[in-house]
Amino acid sequence: MESGGAVQSRHSNRPGSGRTSRRRTRRAPQPRYSAGRLLSKGLTKADWPKVWRHHDLKPRYDVVIIGGGLHGLATAYYLAAYHGVRNIAVLDKGYLGGGGSGRNTAIVRSNYLTPEGVRFYDRSLKLYENLASELNFNVMFSQRGHLTLAHNDGGLRTMRWRAEVNKVQGVDSEVIGPEEIKKLVPSMDTSAQARYPILGALYHPPGGIIRHDAVVWGYARAAAGLGVHLHQETEVTGIDVRHGRVTGVRTTRGDIATGTVVNCTAGWATLISEMAGVEMPVTTSPLQAAVTEPVKPFLDTVVVSGTLHVYVSQTDRGELVFGASVDPFTSYSVRGSLEFVEGLASNVLKLMPGLSKMRLLRQWAGLCDMTPDYSPIMGPTSVEGFFVDVGWGTYGFKAGPVAGEAMAECISTGRTPQIIAHFGLDRFRSGRLVGEKGAAAVGH
Amino acid sequence: MMQLPCPWCGPRNVTEFRHHGPHSPRPEVEPASVEQWHRYLYLQENPCGPVEERWYHSAGCRRFISITRDTYTNATQPGEHP
Ligand SMILES: Cc1cc2nc3c(=O)[nH]c(=O)nc-3n(C[C@H](O)[C@H](O)[C@H](O)COP(=O)(O)OP(=O)(O)OC[C@H]3O[C@@H](n4cnc5c(N)ncnc54)[C@H](O)[C@@H]3O)c2cc1C
Ligand SMILES: [Zn+2]
Repeated sequence: MESGGAVQSRHSNRPGSGRTSRRRTRRAPQPRYSAGRLLSKGLTKADWPKVWRHHDLKPRYDVVIIGGGLHGLATAYYLAAYHGVRNIAVLDKGYLGGGGSGRNTAIVRSNYLTPEGVRFYDRSLKLYENLASELNFNVMFSQRGHLTLAHNDGGLRTMRWRAEVNKVQGVDSEVIGPEEIKKLVPSMDTSAQARYPILGALYHPPGGIIRHDAVVWGYARAAAGLGVHLHQETEVTGIDVRHGRVTGVRTTRGDIATGTVVNCTAGWATLISEMAGVEMPVTTSPLQAAVTEPVKPFLDTVVVSGTLHVYVSQTDRGELVFGASVDPFTSYSVRGSLEFVEGLASNVLKLMPGLSKMRLLRQWAGLCDMTPDYSPIMGPTSVEGFFVDVGWGTYGFKAGPVAGEAMAECISTGRTPQIIAHFGLDRFRSGRLVGEKGAAAVGH
Repeated sequence: MMQLPCPWCGPRNVTEFRHHGPHSPRPEVEPASVEQWHRYLYLQENPCGPVEERWYHSAGCRRFISITRDTYTNATQPGEHP
């Protein structure tokens, strides 16, 4: 951006500099949601106030976050709530939660494979456990337990490995046998005659599912309450960089001057980073999912089979949610395919033959920003003031809270917090990859 | 189902192919710099729009072929490369 006053000194550009304490600054000034208010609203039939408002685009923000999914909104919330940075814009080309954050299958767990990964995702799980009270919004977190099946010796070996890495970090995770599996999921075919007999499973009791839209809306409401501007239908078309430093963002609704830009655009992340001249080892592939008609509750754990490329859970409404591996080629298209449904149905029936009469209600796809090691890319880049929080692949919803918390700290203090230190963009140059494929490829 | 134009077999279902991504020739081992290897190994193009790619017709003629695909619409046409 060429207009005067856009570029300031490095220090005044850094939001919240000097305010590094992680103290909660102020509660959301919105009316609190409570049983009492629900009752009184019900009796008076008064309207609930709007949860976030439309704003004109200001010519200048301290921080511009691109992408109004969970990651962008959580980053905005933690910046505003814990670091005193309030002059923030979150820009989305569509609507809040219209990307992966509104399309995922909402599995939350922390039984990953690497110590760096386990520590990181477990912090997120802990934040999720308290999120409803933190945001004063019911996010319906159901910690119903998570099973990753092993159908062969290689699979079982990985499960044992993961269980040990998990236990060392204090994460509840163990390998169980077919009999225990049958007790947890009576509808599953655990017989030796199954096409892919089940030898065991990694059982992770604190894992479960959450209401993904509620998480997005909860963060959006809380951030808006702290003064963050949420701009929907505002597409970023360019990023201005001068002398190696970010100076502004161009959008379909006008230009913004800013010294700090955060890329939280997941499937579109390389397009945004390119605007700032930053190259990333990220490719975009669709991931599909499907849901059945609702039936009586019969499945109260999440079941994943890497061998069969399928996983299933039952929502509170009784629908079965199915997911699979990422599509076999890169694409920005979110059209569902018949191949996916056919493969999915045949694999699900190998696990749970009793489902053969169930009907699928819908299928959909979302875009995933895949990295070579199935770990995210977070932190500063070679362009000063340009931060990335990307590479969330098929597994980034569970990471939203910890990513927001860590990115907020990184941006406001100018230092990369320890918990994300291994996820820097420079790891692909130094060769220090954080290989999570064995724990993230199908299980998400 | 989406089909790809194989120059040897004609239009075939996409499930017969393996995706290898945008054309990126491997650098010469000896003279290649670390930077060149980094680029070759990690920095694949990821455009939203037309891109020329390599596909392997694994369930057909088992040849590598070149296809230009619009990654937004998945519309394809034969590529320029042999
Ligand atoms: C089918 C499916 C199932 C999944 N299941 C799970 C799961 O069970 N557990 C799990 O942890 N993860 C899962 N994931 C992954 C998870 O959904 C994502 O990693 C996560 O939602 C990423 O969140 P985000 O906020 O980074 O990005 P998104 O929610 O994708 O948000 C990015 C936003 O950027 C916006 N944007 C893009 N370009 C621009 C631009 N130029 N200007 C302005 N805005 C722009 C988009 O409109 C979008 O809203 C799944 C994903 C899919 C598709
Ligand atoms: Zn062929």
